[in-house]
Amino acid sequence: MSEGEKKAAGKGTLTESKKTKTIKVPIGIFGVNIAEVEREVPLDEPPPLPVNAELNVLGKPTKRLDGHLKVTGAARYTADIQLSGMLYGRILRSPHPHAKIKSIDLSQACKQPGVRAAHIITRVVGTAKERDEKTRAIDAKILFDSSTGVPIVKYVGQPVAAIAATTDRAAAEALEYIKVEYEPLPFVVDMYDAMKPDAPKVFQGPTEQEGTAGGGGAPPGLPQKGNVRGPEVAGLLGGDRGDVKAGFAEADLVVENEYHTQIQMHSALEPHGLIADWRDDALTIYASTQGTSSLRDDIAHLFNLPKNKVRVITEFMGGGFGAKFGAGNYGIAAILLSKQAKAPVKLMHDRKEEQTCAGFRPASVQNLKIGAKNDGTLTAITLSSHGTAGTALGAGVGWAAQNLYKCANFSSQHFDVLTNQSPGCAFRAPGQPQGCFAIEQAIDELCDRLGLDPLELRDKIDADEMRKQQRNLGAKAFDWSKRKRAGSDKGAIRRGVGMAQGEWPRFVDMNSSCELRLTNDGGVEVLSSVQDIGTGIRTVLAQVVAEELGLLPTDIVVRIGDTVFPTGPASGGSVTTGSITPAVRKAAHHLKLKIFDLASSKLSAEPEDLIMKDGKISEKNGGNSLTLKKLAKELPTDQLSVFASRTADYGGFEKGNFLGFGRLSSVQFAEVLVDTESGRIHIERIVAAHSCGRPLNPLALESQINGGVLQGISWALYENRHVDKASGIVVNPNVEQYKLVGAKEVPKIEIVLMEEYLGRSATDATGIGEPAIVPTAAAIANAVANAIGVRILSLPMTPDKVLAALKKGGSR
Amino acid sequence: MAGKDDEYERKQSRDISRRRFLKGAGLTALSMANLSEAQAAKEASAAIRGPGATAVTLRVNNAVHNLQVEPCETLAETLRTQLGMTGTKVSCDRGTCSACTVWLDGATMCACMTLTVDVQDRAVTTIEGLAQDGKLHPVQEAFIEKDATMCGFCTPGMVMSCAALLARNSSPTLDDVREATCGNFCRCGTYPKVFAATLAAAGKGVK
Repeated sequence: MSEGEKKAAGKGTLTESKKTKTIKVPIGIFGVNIAEVEREVPLDEPPPLPVNAELNVLGKPTKRLDGHLKVTGAARYTADIQLSGMLYGRILRSPHPHAKIKSIDLSQACKQPGVRAAHIITRVVGTAKERDEKTRAIDAKILFDSSTGVPIVKYVGQPVAAIAATTDRAAAEALEYIKVEYEPLPFVVDMYDAMKPDAPKVFQGPTEQEGTAGGGGAPPGLPQKGNVRGPEVAGLLGGDRGDVKAGFAEADLVVENEYHTQIQMHSALEPHGLIADWRDDALTIYASTQGTSSLRDDIAHLFNLPKNKVRVITEFMGGGFGAKFGAGNYGIAAILLSKQAKAPVKLMHDRKEEQTCAGFRPASVQNLKIGAKNDGTLTAITLSSHGTAGTALGAGVGWAAQNLYKCANFSSQHFDVLTNQSPGCAFRAPGQPQGCFAIEQAIDELCDRLGLDPLELRDKIDADEMRKQQRNLGAKAFDWSKRKRAGSDKGAIRRGVGMAQGEWPRFVDMNSSCELRLTNDGGVEVLSSVQDIGTGIRTVLAQVVAEELGLLPTDIVVRIGDTVFPTGPASGGSVTTGSITPAVRKAAHHLKLKIFDLASSKLSAEPEDLIMKDGKISEKNGGNSLTLKKLAKELPTDQLSVFASRTADYGGFEKGNFLGFGRLSSVQFAEVLVDTESGRIHIERIVAAHSCGRPLNPLALESQINGGVLQGISWALYENRHVDKASGIVVNPNVEQYKLVGAKEVPKIEIVLMEEYLGRSATDATGIGEPAIVPTAAAIANAVANAIGVRILSLPMTPDKVLAALKKGGSR
Repeated sequence: MAGKDDEYERKQSRDISRRRFLKGAGLTALSMANLSEAQAAKEASAAIRGPGATAVTLRVNNAVHNLQVEPCETLAETLRTQLGMTGTKVSCDRGTCSACTVWLDGATMCACMTLTVDVQDRAVTTIEGLAQDGKLHPVQEAFIEKDATMCGFCTPGMVMSCAALLARNSSPTLDDVREATCGNFCRCGTYPKVFAATLAAAGKGVK
């Protein structure tokens, strides 16, 4: 361990016991290379868990505890909540992509029936901000037009004013009475146009944007010329290495292409929105958010309130995919309207707002060049990328090119291009699907040119043992042996197979705490502010407690999604399961120790000789026993409570920002049919091999992998937002002209779920959300190239691009 | 209409504003402006309605509700805001995503594209009315069993589409299920399990 690593490993351990013990935990891939490793852990850590085969609840397919509420319509989402006296908020948005606001007149609007509050938007969040060149600080004031004090409009859909009324319709109608005088300014919405030296400037000077819980943002202090900011030469996993010039000189062949990926809208079913209820002394928020605690902190910061005066509640939420962090412009508006009206205000985006200005995965253009020896050994990789997140920063393409393969010489530079489009934001595995689309096609092309099998070459140049096993098992499930040489299929409809791989880092959010309660009727409750965004964490927490206490998951009541409970992690970056489950297991273990203490006198046995199983406390050797219900009646008080927090990773972190050792690896295989006459691509099947540490609930994991694959397919073939260059207006701000994958396009998806032990925490589990989408588009692109013998380097792979590629390739 | 602000509703039916008057059908509005609230309600049951709230009788899940609704109010709005039946979700609000799927006389319909005043005398079934005597519909059971929900926002509409399919075709093929759900949009990607659940509910396994 280096000094830095030691320091990082120590971080987050302040409150933990200084005393340690040594435990032996499983490590390796189950069925392949399982072994044991010794870890020095804090004294209060639970004993190590054996592999899943030796457990009763964890690792077993477990039905969602909230399934009944969801299938009966009883689950209440933010959009469903109606409070007494609640008003409805609406936002007036700019029709101009770049303009000064000369005046805003709310007076007529305020006179409309039902209107109770209205205000001019004076603060816009989510975009980059101009930087003060002298202090290098972000200067929010520069955004404002000093003559009016109102922000300058930088994109179509930027909020201008907000109104709350007694009904949603009254609020919408009142918006029509707001008079705004705009002075339109020159604008640019196309990335290539924005890169030209004489392009209208989106911002007057260099910009900055901090990252959020959901990713996004950019490193500070980078140079900016016009609308082009960068280069960014180092990312999460470092920067350049070796000497690329020398590397290319060694190469026997070079693969060099320009790869394009389009933006992807999150398109969650429940739009962004929240209900703000500002009473005299405190603010209560019901929000469709991926982070109750981080939203509370954001609101406390924005409104200068103590954190303990802000409560955020998210019982159910209808999808986020990275776009639902922070208060957002809608949230700030709702809070101000509530304060003004002295009543709760609900403000939900409508679908048009959702598809216009609620974030997106940024677009990218990547120039990727790889050099290789005739045996496939990589000698050099260079990547130059441009990306646009509209008025936001953070359009990088991840570290796939840098990190997936052994290559001594690597160099990259990334540029963010600002345009007058609404701000992008984090979207499931930010950057990685884009990066994989390029590098995984380049490796595939290398294989084609060298006549090598894509799996064999990867076995040689990929050092990751997990992916090697995934390739092996995935290939068997897929029947990779039937793969034919690229372009060898004939006829109008051609079949092709392809594969691609990816990874996502294993992050831990140390803000992961919980309380566990035993009441004197034998009931067990878990409480944490962590939220279930659809992944099934509610059920997983019950499983963890049930395993430890010898109960059934259905015996456990899980209360989450409310900041009155101990702070839980925000759900982004696949951190939730890996962060909160160890804390919950720790709490359950300590509750069990208390139960054993109490039971020991009743059973005339030593606490260490007791076990909990089937709802009973009994002696290990099968002697006396009593039920938990019976014991609970003897509690000295009505309730026994234990609080626990996440322990730092066993053995420390790889980096100080809670980046854990080990990656979430994935390999996906695709089989496609390409109609060479219509240009349509039909995906027949996908085999997805994934690892997520110790799998806790395979049923929900499968669902998430399906979801990642389908979002990947949707991005690869269909999704395409169109912005009119002449007006800056999104012309398909809906879900019928913005085509998404639907029931008829869903292929057969087969999942190979690896059981992997890392020996890093009390549950040793990690998430699966991000890695599931990373390699999908690249695998499909490789399968298409295999089918038709020509590569499509631009997403989405729509029929026109397929036909153009065929024409260029001379294969028709 | 939110149904949460009675004062506002009363004001609306009593005192038609000039703007609303101009927006409405002129003659109807003029006559209604001079009528008492009771008369207005009676008049509203005639062929021409509006522009203000009008009386309707709705039959939802076999229960009868007498309500005041604006002529422009959708069934989804009425169910959600007046009756508190929020299982019917609104996501696109223009008939694309089918999150708001309900049954009208047993046939699936987008409640966001259906005006409440148009469904009087018809039987409305919502997700809340699918379980009978506390027993879940087989499709609901199968959705839980197969994990056909993730965030759950599309689930009520998805369940209504699949249950309607089984009502008209007790042994559907996979393609039949795809056809029945091709208008139901799910961003989490539950489709494979929705297919499996529906076929399981029909007493078949998915291949």
